[in-house]
Amino acid sequence: MNRPEHVRKEDERLAKERETIARDGPQLTGDELRARLDRAWRRPPGIIGWLATVDHKEIGRRYIVTALVFLALGGALALVMRLQLAAPGRTIVGAERYDQLFSMHGSTMMYLFAVPVMEGVGVYFIPLMIGARSTAFPRLNAFSYFMYLFGGLMLWIAFILNMAPDVGWFEYTPLSGPQYSPGKHTDIWAQMVTYTEVAALAAAVVLVCTILKARAPGMTLGRMPIFAWAMLVVGFMIIFAMPAVALVTTVLLIPDRLVGTQFFNAAEHGDALLFQHMFWFFGHPEVYIIFLPATGFVSILTEAFCRRPIFGYPVVVLSLISTGILAFGLWVHHMFATGLPRVGYSFFTAASMSVSIPTGLQIFCWLATMWEGRPRFQVPMLYVIGFIITFVIGGLTGVMVAAVPLDLQLHDTYFVVAHLHYVLIGGAVFPLLGVLTYWYPKITGRMMDETIGKIGFWLLFIGFQITFFPMHLSGMLGMPRRVYTYPAGLGLEVPNLISTIGAFVLALAVGLFVINGILSLYRGAVAGPNPWGAATLEWAISSPPPVYNFEHVPVVESHTPLWDGGGDLPVVTGLRVDQKEMLLTTVLTATPDLREPVPEPSLWPFISACAVGIVFAASIFSAWAVAFGLIPCAIALTAWFWPKDMTRKPEPVIS
Amino acid sequence: MKAHRNAPLFLVPMMLCACQYQHYQSDFGGAAVEDRQFLTLFWIFLGVCAFVYVLVVGFLIGGIVRQSRASEAKVVETGRHHESHPLMRSTFIGWATLIGAGLVGLAIASFFADRSMAEAARNAKLSVKVTGNQWWWDITYNSSDPSKTLRTANELHLPVGIPTHIQLQSNDVIHSFWVPSLAGKQDLIPGRDNDITIVPSRAGIFRGPCAEFCGLQHANMSLVVVVESYPDFIKWWDHQLQPAPQPTTSLALAGYHYVTTGPCSACHNIGGTPASGQAAPDLTHIASRKSLAAGMMPMNEGNLYGWVEDPQSLKPGSHMPTIGLEPDQLHGVVAYLETLK
Amino acid sequence: MILEPRFTDDLSGLPTSKFGPSSLTWWGILGYMLIEGVGFALMFFAYFYLMSHEQGWPPEGRLPPDLLAGTIFTIVILLSEIPNTLIKKAARAGDVATVRLLFPIMVAVGVVLLIIRGFEFNSLNCLWSDNAYASVIWTLLVLHAAHLGTDWADTVVLWALIMTPLGYEPRRLVDVDENSLYWRYVWLLWIPIYLLIYWVPRL
Repeated sequence: MNRPEHVRKEDERLAKERETIARDGPQLTGDELRARLDRAWRRPPGIIGWLATVDHKEIGRRYIVTALVFLALGGALALVMRLQLAAPGRTIVGAERYDQLFSMHGSTMMYLFAVPVMEGVGVYFIPLMIGARSTAFPRLNAFSYFMYLFGGLMLWIAFILNMAPDVGWFEYTPLSGPQYSPGKHTDIWAQMVTYTEVAALAAAVVLVCTILKARAPGMTLGRMPIFAWAMLVVGFMIIFAMPAVALVTTVLLIPDRLVGTQFFNAAEHGDALLFQHMFWFFGHPEVYIIFLPATGFVSILTEAFCRRPIFGYPVVVLSLISTGILAFGLWVHHMFATGLPRVGYSFFTAASMSVSIPTGLQIFCWLATMWEGRPRFQVPMLYVIGFIITFVIGGLTGVMVAAVPLDLQLHDTYFVVAHLHYVLIGGAVFPLLGVLTYWYPKITGRMMDETIGKIGFWLLFIGFQITFFPMHLSGMLGMPRRVYTYPAGLGLEVPNLISTIGAFVLALAVGLFVINGILSLYRGAVAGPNPWGAATLEWAISSPPPVYNFEHVPVVESHTPLWDGGGDLPVVTGLRVDQKEMLLTTVLTATPDLREPVPEPSLWPFISACAVGIVFAASIFSAWAVAFGLIPCAIALTAWFWPKDMTRKPEPVIS
Repeated sequence: MKAHRNAPLFLVPMMLCACQYQHYQSDFGGAAVEDRQFLTLFWIFLGVCAFVYVLVVGFLIGGIVRQSRASEAKVVETGRHHESHPLMRSTFIGWATLIGAGLVGLAIASFFADRSMAEAARNAKLSVKVTGNQWWWDITYNSSDPSKTLRTANELHLPVGIPTHIQLQSNDVIHSFWVPSLAGKQDLIPGRDNDITIVPSRAGIFRGPCAEFCGLQHANMSLVVVVESYPDFIKWWDHQLQPAPQPTTSLALAGYHYVTTGPCSACHNIGGTPASGQAAPDLTHIASRKSLAAGMMPMNEGNLYGWVEDPQSLKPGSHMPTIGLEPDQLHGVVAYLETLK
Repeated sequence: MILEPRFTDDLSGLPTSKFGPSSLTWWGILGYMLIEGVGFALMFFAYFYLMSHEQGWPPEGRLPPDLLAGTIFTIVILLSEIPNTLIKKAARAGDVATVRLLFPIMVAVGVVLLIIRGFEFNSLNCLWSDNAYASVIWTLLVLHAAHLGTDWADTVVLWALIMTPLGYEPRRLVDVDENSLYWRYVWLLWIPIYLLIYWVPRL
């Protein structure tokens, strides 16, 4: 092309330099390669390096640990609530504090634990499972974690300062509007949601792009691990669902409260139900955003511990996809009591029931895999069995509440509290704890203690049933949700007392899991690269994985590569070793497509997150914060993308 | 598995408490056509779901028990891990058919239950308006004869066997009208008109807690529903239309003067007296009601004393202020209120 | 690696940048457009939802927004696709000189559009706090202005970058290509918003 003379000369010089770049291959392999990759990929040490890291494993680990801390905090709130409800008319906390407790419990569990932990596991393991050296957009990934952390910190600092949200994790208008929710409680909630949604959306884009573009050569869509499928579907669900909640809180609710817009004010042509429609357009898919990764866990655990590929791989994949789509057609079943037209209700009943078909088929596939395989009852497999026994109850009560005549009685009662905990704890936390036990050796290099793990599982399983099974009954005896007390003489005393006892057993079990996790860091048996004899790519590398994940990019020839190869692993070569580089492949067939530079560590994602975070926090108090705050945000984001070295390189480097 | 040994253990005490409490506030009450239809549908769903659950758990246990005997499992160790029994495919198709058929059946059952509830609710003979407020229920009985229009609060009377159409509105935030022993719930939403029709089928006293979180005292916003025979209902209505009786004792008279001229009258209405506030529950026949402060406590002298003296410590955040009455004022007010039968 | 590597292909000949769906950032931008698109779709839903409860739109017999500023804005933003397409083509052809020449035009177009946008706010005939109708049209306009501003800032930064020696790197041309793609999205979004703000209230 018509390039000036000096540019053309430079092009030629760069082309020559390109020839001299060191690349992996038969001539550069083994220890020498590992040492050079390590030099290229390692981040600077110290606190600066810690803040600047773009290693998906570090970020994923932070995500998981932070989310587990929030799980513990949210669980502690639940214990206080259970103490308050252990008997009628108790006064351990007053109405005001209780309202904060359940609002914090729901918000913490949904926004700060369940979604982030699934994303964290995805961020850590997806690149390992698909044979990639990094996620796509690793700096965005780092930014995402800091946004999430700041949102969580803001919520909990507000709680300590007695400014916590107090109108639920859903904050229906007009109760959350300017008139009925004075003070800053609701604004704190709404902005916390914004932080975590920004974080979740960023992580979703990272995961989707990683799964679509960074798979190992040969890993066609039909050979992906089921967990990768689950995270792909979930990534798209986040992209379609989370904007709804960000919009309804940040763009509609906060302006109503802060600058006097009238979206939800019936007196000024607004409508209170608009909030519910938008909230549940997010809120229902949210449940599947939490649940589908967990089904991915169940699928990979079932494969690994039954020693065979899953029965009906296409069925499982299609189930994931159809669940992801159907989840967007169900939101009105949270609004059956709001007096919408009856015809619409029939449609949403049918849609809500039909979502149990793909799940039912997946359950069959897991059971068939167990039936045909030879299950090993190690701790992760116990969690799978506990999952099936527990989750199916939650699924079936879900079918019940999908029917309008049943839902009108059961809605907003403890029956629904039981249902949602069967689905979310039984359906998501059980598989999560199973998969954390399974992947613990990969992350830490050591095994978790099997005996403590088994005791912990049984305590958790039994504690869970004792806590939540009686809630079906308290709901049917007329106990509404979100009450800080209830009168004696309605038959609620016994089920509530049982629930409270169970809650402490449950807490003990979670405590045991945490203790096991900490002790095993030091005392656990040293795990080899593949302690479970599993089939996916993350087990082909050492435990814990090296910073560059794979020294040569692996090639995949089946859904269970480590079971189907001979004793070796086919690889492709030719990536540079002096700079960070990863391989991109095509979306459908995973044919090698591009060599992509991987960004260097950078402080700018952290600084950008600080700038954006301060704007969000300040906008709670004044709308002007948005206008003035844009300037530091723009500077930080520009600096993030601006190349730090302005000389041309033979091949692109992201500095 | 363990759940099976556990489940019956839970069920026993639960079924006991379910039966014990005469369904004052319970889905098992069955005191109206709506709730009876709910119960029928509920047991159908429970039966089908239990059947499916047994199948799942049976398959699971089968898989667990079976493997110990199988020496030729289709696993990686035998190199047959990509194989699968041909029967499994047929079983899968059977399972899919079963789920599909079960759901279609349940959906149809649900549809018909919904239709028959709507059918029972037609031709309502009586119309009541219930308005939600933080944290009490305002109730108006409509009548074609304006002099028979009745306003009361927190206690709803319904005649047995007569379809009653209840209009639902809210003055502030969203509440939900729910009397478990009678029917499902329906939200009261500001700016919208909702309604529910109930056909009570037996007499009794029932309790209805607010079912949508409505703020600080959501837990203490409930409704007492008295279902009685039609003659009793008419007798009650006529009585409630009467103005408040004149106080007879000097103590009650002092209370009368305080209540009707003091701060109480700014919010409360007492028929036949100067007290005509509209912002708070109508007190004309408050002493005839069964409960105080929106179903929070039984109506008796002690509770009246407590409530009038310091509502804010009993129900923090309630819109009734703690005025700081002198002891003699308090005695008078309670004595007067007790005459409002 | 624990298993012995079996060497197959050597990929050192693969390119390091490509236009279109091969590029990672293309997918990133697609994701971002999807997120924004869902946000706008839901705002449209809110608009029609509020409208469906009203007898008149605008309610209370208010005047609909004046057409002039919004229509000029629409014409300018549609015309801006001409330089935008030229830039995109030049980028794909590797023609750095043309890209450098045309970029200031896009920056100037952004400034003009932002100025007209100011007049648009002035011609809505309502204040955001008047009623829900006013709130929803203000919000639509503010949200679109935010996109305009973001893309303008992005264009300025990219212009600066393209003027440096790094402008000759193929990856920068991919950035230019994708920036043009995003600009198309910004004006495509504007068309339904224009109709909702200016024409639906006149129906």
